[in-house]
Amino acid sequence: MPKKIGILGKKVGMTRVYSAEGAAIVVTAIEASPCTVLQVKTDDKDGYSAIQIGFDPKKESRMTKPMQGHVKAAGQGGFYHIKEFRVDDSSKYEVGQQISMTDLFNTGDLVDISGRAKGRGFQGVIKRHGFKGGRDTHGSMFHRAPGSIGCSAWPSRVVKGKKMPGQMGNNLVTKKNVIVVDIRPESNVMLVRGNVPGSKQGLLQIFIK
Amino acid sequence: MNILEQIDRENMRYDIPEFRTGDTVSVHIRIIEGNKERVQIFKGVVIRFKKGTMGASFTVRKISNGIGVEKTFPLHSPRIEKIELNTQGRVRRARLYYLRELKGKAARIKERGLN
Repeated sequence: MPKKIGILGKKVGMTRVYSAEGAAIVVTAIEASPCTVLQVKTDDKDGYSAIQIGFDPKKESRMTKPMQGHVKAAGQGGFYHIKEFRVDDSSKYEVGQQISMTDLFNTGDLVDISGRAKGRGFQGVIKRHGFKGGRDTHGSMFHRAPGSIGCSAWPSRVVKGKKMPGQMGNNLVTKKNVIVVDIRPESNVMLVRGNVPGSKQGLLQIFIK
Repeated sequence: MNILEQIDRENMRYDIPEFRTGDTVSVHIRIIEGNKERVQIFKGVVIRFKKGTMGASFTVRKISNGIGVEKTFPLHSPRIEKIELNTQGRVRRARLYYLRELKGKAARIKERGLN
């Protein structure tokens, strides 16, 4: 996890916009309303410096009593999503402070975006790792199987990291150096170039570079 | 209104005349060469019109020096200066790919709304 401040957002969907020169740019719209600082962690007290922020308002009555107590100090109601961001100096932040996209990003900036990729379930090696597989016809009896997974006498074990079938997707993916195309603070929307991990309505972490 | 719709509406162009497949149009394209800008006219028959918001596009086919040339334009591109509707054609297909097989007199399209 990069030691950088960021905010939380939700993927809205993709469309295209045109640059000043008239070139079409594929963009992803991210809804990122201001986040509230819920807790400030300091080197002295917690051993590391970080801030915890909440995003996407939630009725306090829908939260558990311990959570209600946790968000009480900020005084901004409850939140659906709470995440921690490492910062170099957490003394600049205080509980209840709002962090909006205009505080951190400008048009043209590069950002890193993390999100949980769409889950594909348990997949074979062809879909998961791009293996070629065998031919379907002409008497072939080798279709989508992974084939040999190692040698016999030496090393007489399967090497670590061997590509095999298994869970695909539903993991945290970070896309680095994404260009911020447009920032619309009035509607809490930012447009970034290209795609970002995850499904629509999926939670994203947007880090400054 | 949802956010994507709003972004699309801001970027869409509303000055483009209504036309459909079979119509003959002149597309005035802004071409940037170095730091000079000029306008090129591409005139031909619309053989495909893809509906949509920001993804809408259309393809124009013309015969240039005996060779068939097709160009696909995004409908809302700012590089299109204007689109002139020259004639309205009467066709019975949405996609006029059959024109690629035809030439000369056979590739003509009847005008719409004359009778």
